[in-house]
Amino acid sequence: MSGTEHGLIFRLVERARRRSAWLYHFNAGACNGCDIELVTCLTPRYDMEQAGIKLEGSPRHADILCVSGPVTRTTREALETIYGQMPEPKVVVAIGSCPATCNVFAGSPFIDGPLDKIIPVDIYVPGCPPRPHAIIEGISLAIEKLVLRKSGATAVSQ
Amino acid sequence: MNSHRAFLALLIFPGLLTALPLGWLMLGIERKLKARFQGRIGPPLSQPFYDVVKLLAKWPVSRVSSDKALLTGLPLLAIASMLGALALLPVFQGESGFVGDMIVSVSLLEIPPLCFILAGYASRSIYGEVGATREAVVSIASNVPFLTALVAMATSAGSMHNAQIVSSTPWMVRIPALAAILFCLPIKLRLNPFSLANAEQEVLAGPLTEFDGPRLALWELAHALEWVALIGFAVVLAVPYRSSLWYVNAAAFVLFSLVLVPLLTLLAASTARLKLAQATSMMWRWGGAVAALALAAAFFVRNGGH
Repeated sequence: MSGTEHGLIFRLVERARRRSAWLYHFNAGACNGCDIELVTCLTPRYDMEQAGIKLEGSPRHADILCVSGPVTRTTREALETIYGQMPEPKVVVAIGSCPATCNVFAGSPFIDGPLDKIIPVDIYVPGCPPRPHAIIEGISLAIEKLVLRKSGATAVSQ
Repeated sequence: MNSHRAFLALLIFPGLLTALPLGWLMLGIERKLKARFQGRIGPPLSQPFYDVVKLLAKWPVSRVSSDKALLTGLPLLAIASMLGALALLPVFQGESGFVGDMIVSVSLLEIPPLCFILAGYASRSIYGEVGATREAVVSIASNVPFLTALVAMATSAGSMHNAQIVSSTPWMVRIPALAAILFCLPIKLRLNPFSLANAEQEVLAGPLTEFDGPRLALWELAHALEWVALIGFAVVLAVPYRSSLWYVNAAAFVLFSLVLVPLLTLLAASTARLKLAQATSMMWRWGGAVAALALAAAFFVRNGGH
């Protein structure tokens, strides 16, 4: 669909979403490995902030939910609350192997994961832990999904 | 100040149309420079503008436990009072203002922190409440040197008139008073050594923790205007000279305001956050001492020290 409904404001919003993605990081029982790698992405070497990405303390401010860990029983309820608190449009990135497959914790009675049993997941970043490059790639793919989420979805269905 | 002039001051210069881009530019410079000081590349200067646009285009989650009208009204009140404070700045030559406009501009400058505190309590979040308490303590403490310095300037100028204070405060009073006001700037802007109310590692986003989408965007706008109004207030008080050409005055106002931004950023990037007790006692002691010096100089000037 080209053209008329893609007005100036529409394109401005798309551009703004692409350039200002705020992350909320949720540790669902991770071993801290993935968490360290995610924070590394903000350090001078990788500096995600040059793309307008920053880590926010409140899920209500965030666009992208980054989950690490296999979702233990005790974190499940908090995860659902936080997912519900995030305003639309939002995307979920599963950081590491744990949220994707439960990793070495698969089959444990204390694990409610994997993550996609609980909330819809958009991007998986595999690795134990994934390298910062991989996390940055995953987040940039998530941003593309975020841009298309509200705006592109209607255009595609027409 | 006739209504035509007031309208122009509110909406064009130094009001909305100038202050908003200037505020975004200041916040952009702050983020970029902070990144450069930390050895990063940092976001582009347009980043605050895109942040606001993105937030405006989000769909807030409805909440039952909080008052929506209050949560929207408080940032709007903060924006409106900042525009009022900006409109009262005597930037140009022969700006008449009205009698006692200094009191009005100071009280308008104090409304956004008050809104910020109320927003923290109204959002019914534990982080909001802790942040609001901190902001209340810090803003009371920062007003000790701020108001004392302004009283000193007004006493020595013998007027409660912004334009009069700017033009006729002697340098002997102006310099210590300005030092006290500059000392208050990072506190009032919640910048790093004094970023207690919005300390993200401690209380998430403080009073703004529960704000999302457009309501958070309103706060971002209020914050950008706060930068322009507070820095502009300091700049206007600092420079007594006014050119007869309006564009020279306007350019000088913008330029001097932008000069202060890297200094504030350098302070923020090079310091760690203080504790509440440390920050408050620092303000009472050192800010209070400098402001008391200004007050003493003002009484000396007034009681025949010519």
